[in-house]
Amino acid sequence: MGKWVKSGSPWIWMTGGAVSISLIAVLGLLLLIAWRGLSYFWPADIYQWQLEDNNGVKSTLIGEIYDREEVPTERLISAGHKFNEHPGEFVTRYLVKTGNREFVGLDFRWILATDIVSREKPEDIAMFERTKNGNFYGYPVAVIEDGQRLSLDGEQIETSLEEHIERSVDIGEQALKLQKSEIGSVNYALERLRLKERGLELDGKLTPELKADLDAQAEQLNQDYLVMEKDLFALRDEAARDSVIIRDMRGEEVTLKLDSVLDVSYVNRMNSFDKVVHWFVGIGRFVSHDPREANTEGGVFPAIFGTVFMVMLMAVIVTPFGVIAAIYLHEYAKKGPITKMIRIAVINLAGVPSIVYGVFGLGFFVYMLGGSLDQLFYPEALPAPTFGSPGVIWSALTLAILTLPVVIVSTEEGLSRIPSAVRQGSLALGATKFETLWRIIIPMASPAIMTGLILAVARAAGEVAPLMLVGVVKLAPTLPIDMNFPFIHLERKFMHLGFHIYDVGFQSPNVEAARPLVYATSFLLVSVIVTLNLTAISVRNHLREKFRSLEH
Amino acid sequence: MESQVSQPGSETKSLLVSRRTNRRAFTDKAAEVGVTVGGTMVFVALLLIFFYLLYVIKPIFDGADVEPVSTISYQNTDVATLMVGSDEQNEIAYRVTIDGQVDFYSVASKQLIQSFNPPLPAGATVVSSTKAKPNEQRFALGLSSGEALVVGVDFGVTYPDNVRTITPRLRYPLGETPIMVDEGQPLNNLVFDYIDSRIGFAYQDNDGAWKLNRLEGEENMMTEEIEWYSDLAVIEDAPKEAFTALMTPDHRQLILPTSGKIFIYSIRDTDTPSLLQVIDVKDGSNKVSNVSLLAGASSVLVNYEDGTISQYFQVSSRNGRLYQKIRDFEIDSPVQTIATEFYRKSFAVVSAEGELSLLYTTSQRNLFTETFNIAQPGEMAFSPRSNALIVEANNSLNIFAVDNDHPEVSWSALWQKVWYEGYPEPQYVWQSTSGSDDFEAKLSLMPLAFGTMKAAFYAMLFAVPIAIAGAIYTAYFMAPKVRSVVKPTIEIMEALPTVILGFLAGLWLAPLIEDHLPGILVLLTLLPTSILVSAFTWSKLPAKWKQRLPETYQEIMLIPVILFVGWFSFEISPVIEIAFFDGNTRQFITNELGITFDQRNAFVVGIAMGFAVIPTIFSIAEDAIFSVPRHLSNGSLALGATNWQTLTRVVLLTASPGIFSAVMMGLGRAVGETMIVLMATGNTAILEWSVFEGMRTLAANIAVEMPESAIGSSHYRVLFLAAFVLFVFTFVFNTIAEVVRQRLRERYSSL
Repeated sequence: MGKWVKSGSPWIWMTGGAVSISLIAVLGLLLLIAWRGLSYFWPADIYQWQLEDNNGVKSTLIGEIYDREEVPTERLISAGHKFNEHPGEFVTRYLVKTGNREFVGLDFRWILATDIVSREKPEDIAMFERTKNGNFYGYPVAVIEDGQRLSLDGEQIETSLEEHIERSVDIGEQALKLQKSEIGSVNYALERLRLKERGLELDGKLTPELKADLDAQAEQLNQDYLVMEKDLFALRDEAARDSVIIRDMRGEEVTLKLDSVLDVSYVNRMNSFDKVVHWFVGIGRFVSHDPREANTEGGVFPAIFGTVFMVMLMAVIVTPFGVIAAIYLHEYAKKGPITKMIRIAVINLAGVPSIVYGVFGLGFFVYMLGGSLDQLFYPEALPAPTFGSPGVIWSALTLAILTLPVVIVSTEEGLSRIPSAVRQGSLALGATKFETLWRIIIPMASPAIMTGLILAVARAAGEVAPLMLVGVVKLAPTLPIDMNFPFIHLERKFMHLGFHIYDVGFQSPNVEAARPLVYATSFLLVSVIVTLNLTAISVRNHLREKFRSLEH
Repeated sequence: MESQVSQPGSETKSLLVSRRTNRRAFTDKAAEVGVTVGGTMVFVALLLIFFYLLYVIKPIFDGADVEPVSTISYQNTDVATLMVGSDEQNEIAYRVTIDGQVDFYSVASKQLIQSFNPPLPAGATVVSSTKAKPNEQRFALGLSSGEALVVGVDFGVTYPDNVRTITPRLRYPLGETPIMVDEGQPLNNLVFDYIDSRIGFAYQDNDGAWKLNRLEGEENMMTEEIEWYSDLAVIEDAPKEAFTALMTPDHRQLILPTSGKIFIYSIRDTDTPSLLQVIDVKDGSNKVSNVSLLAGASSVLVNYEDGTISQYFQVSSRNGRLYQKIRDFEIDSPVQTIATEFYRKSFAVVSAEGELSLLYTTSQRNLFTETFNIAQPGEMAFSPRSNALIVEANNSLNIFAVDNDHPEVSWSALWQKVWYEGYPEPQYVWQSTSGSDDFEAKLSLMPLAFGTMKAAFYAMLFAVPIAIAGAIYTAYFMAPKVRSVVKPTIEIMEALPTVILGFLAGLWLAPLIEDHLPGILVLLTLLPTSILVSAFTWSKLPAKWKQRLPETYQEIMLIPVILFVGWFSFEISPVIEIAFFDGNTRQFITNELGITFDQRNAFVVGIAMGFAVIPTIFSIAEDAIFSVPRHLSNGSLALGATNWQTLTRVVLLTASPGIFSAVMMGLGRAVGETMIVLMATGNTAILEWSVFEGMRTLAANIAVEMPESAIGSSHYRVLFLAAFVLFVFTFVFNTIAEVVRQRLRERYSSL
């Protein structure tokens, strides 16, 4: 034993243990996020419980099991719960998602295993996905078309219900499209007219003729708007024509208008294949739909779009600067105090907390630069800021400074791997230094630049703190790109996946309901970032191999 | 750097002289210049951040500035002045005489615009007059008939033809007819306060006895007129020699100062006014010359004849809330007049020689001192926006422009304990905003800096052992094949967005830890034990078994052991809880041990942020250990040292600067981390080292408050200062780390 300790073997094992702990932590974390994120889309079984509490009150409960835990009986008793007979040391407690938010108040409920009389999985229970108030669980009883109750039974109800839902969803989509694109365009055009008039007025060039002309245009747009608005209301009425009668867990018949219903599914009837299909459909909807209900339901499409757009904008800004700085440091700079200082500056730029960039971005870019831009180019919109408030361009610029060192370090590493023989050969053949750079060095270093760029993008995609100050919002009404001139709106605020996680997880009214969605968003973000990093690593390894062979 | 090649000399170039070559040479030169400029941009960017932050911060440390703008000679010079003031735009100044005449003067033209005389009932004369708090712009006249008239100065703003026009006028909040206070008794030395349809009058009768009358207005349902119900009382034994009286606007206290003592009466119940406290302000032979209330009316400023000004406010003690001396301000010469701002805690004083000083209580700053031509000053007042000062002297109204944007910030206010109004003792407090106008901003950065340190400390406590031990094993003992997988895997952690770590810490880890506290305790003890036990078991295994698995795969063999221990700890947690902690550990900690327990505490932050820091430390430390030249360790091993001896005596010693730099880098990251702390703590600014309580860090504070702070306000600039502090912190850590690392690299290359 003493000899064993003296050999240092236990300490080596301890260090080995540290590696294992780190590995478990990393992989465990990734698995946790993946499991929780992906299981969100898996259709859970819907149960119907008969409950009887310790006072003998009976009730029925329909819902999905959301979570379960073992609670020490002591704790329940000390919290004031009474049991008719002692249930042992632990009691199982289920968290049930009951849906039907407008009728039951709380759509999540803890039930104790001791209260359960029976549990079954009825095949006829339907789950309605809705635009408002979350899911609804119950037994469809009848379909009402235009106020008329259709006389159907059994299978017929289901097929008829699905047809009607499909119809109203279609109409609803049309209405949404009209509202978002056409009516949106008209409003945008009206706003531009107003600004034009104000601009002319400020310049003192607003003649009565011009004003009359502008007014006429505005009048025309208003006419168009009225027509479209009428269409929109007609479509909405059309979508709300039908309804469905459902028997809920209280045994009461409830009428749901179909314009709020998105989908109906009979989860308990699905076989594994159906569930897989349902799962994929769920993922598809998640990445392609807009969020609903204060972001706690629906998809994250605007957040994905905003993240990607901002990151691309940032990449366009950061690449030239990073590459030039790296080329300077590696190819031009002489060894000396200045170079040393620049290197220390690069390391420090990498080490400065991201929130400091946010503060700098807000003060310098948004208020100072953006404020001046507004004074110079958008005086007609003042005092409402155009570029003088947080926006996607300022976020991109801020993150560009933040990720600059990543690109520099990576590019420089690539440059240092190019054998000097290549440079000497080019110069010996009479090329100037610039030609050598442009024709030989940069093309050879391009995978390294690529690596740097990928790493920068990965870093930027996950950064949230500075964005909270310079441009990200909880819910952006419009995307930074749309069909209105000038098509790309760099001054607009945007949504971001990382901020979405913070916002939904910590600022939403119903955290319990939103949590799976946060896991799903986290998984999306993590998988994008891990993929980007793995790509970068593999590009870099590939590059190393290539140049190693070149040197021999 | 080594592969850099300079281009051939100019002789070779001159062989190729032609037009095309000229252009090529030009492009080459241009590219060189361009790249050099581009390269230095990185440096410029860092400097820009540094200096921009400084540029925003600088104004908070600047003093104030006061400049004379205009001097208006007023009429009616034979009557003394009661109060002076101006409108919000500083376009119109006014003077009220002690007999109630109000004259308005235009600041631009220095001419009298309008003059008002209050309507007095026939036969009544003004025996005393008094002004209210500065922000009310009101005064009252005590009449010989026992009536009082309350008058407000008001400015109407209209915009005919888009031009701002300010019309001065008088308001009578209680109606134009004077209100009866004490029938037939002249109201000497009147003071009053009017708030929320309640009005309190205090005055001396002809015998010098202080009397108090509180009138409550009630709207008559029928006539919709306000009827006043009065409540008259005599304050027994009140000092007759009191030279003035002050009434707090909450109708709770009446302050009667004499030259050596200040009497505080509680007048909460008008029926039974009682003596609350007598402050003996006689400071040696010093005499009190004036007493005034600071904005917010929580503090009393006492000035002495030698120029000292003392601030008093109520502090909770065993005998209730009593006034206590808080701090002194020394002015060189005796102060003649004093004025307080409408909402902030600034005040201005002028000496008999005309020396004007601006002071601020919380930050204890003397912001400005200069002598102007205002000797023997009379009344003085701030303008509503505190950007002008009106001083009555030499029979004229002297208007000064005041530039005093950030009086509340000073070195002592930021970093030292400050005694805030209403606090029992000097404290470090961060409370930047509040609902009320006359709120005293508490901008101590200490709790935030402390929180930052606390978070970083717990994170490092968790991360450093694991990261460095892991780095040692990976660099020195691990098989190259495994290493090539393990290293990138741990480094991937660095790329994980901290918002996800924060989310998991706040919503998954924090409740998990709260529910399984005994399990965590078990885990912390079992984990090292189990590793040692499995190591020992391994060493005792028959050699035959060992051959099947090479020793270099220890970390893989340990994974199931650690997983089992983790699972076991959590499984056994409820059992332990029932056996030792009455089935509820959390309540046990709070009730039995008396320790405050927050769900989102330093422990959770330590783990989550430690997690974020591990890859940084691991990666740099691993590089440092791995690049220790092999011949050093081989030499040591050849001389008969064991692996462990070689590691601790040779490898780690050589790599120690690298490991130090790794820890520095990690610390830099932990200090500036925002999202994890924001999400995994309660963000309360407290000064407690307890593991079970949260904290508020500089970074999280910026993220929370920055979007809501107004541009250019003191709060905004202090947040920039917080960012600057973070910048400097991390700059120091990173620069040390980088310099150490560069040295190390040079040393290795020489080995």
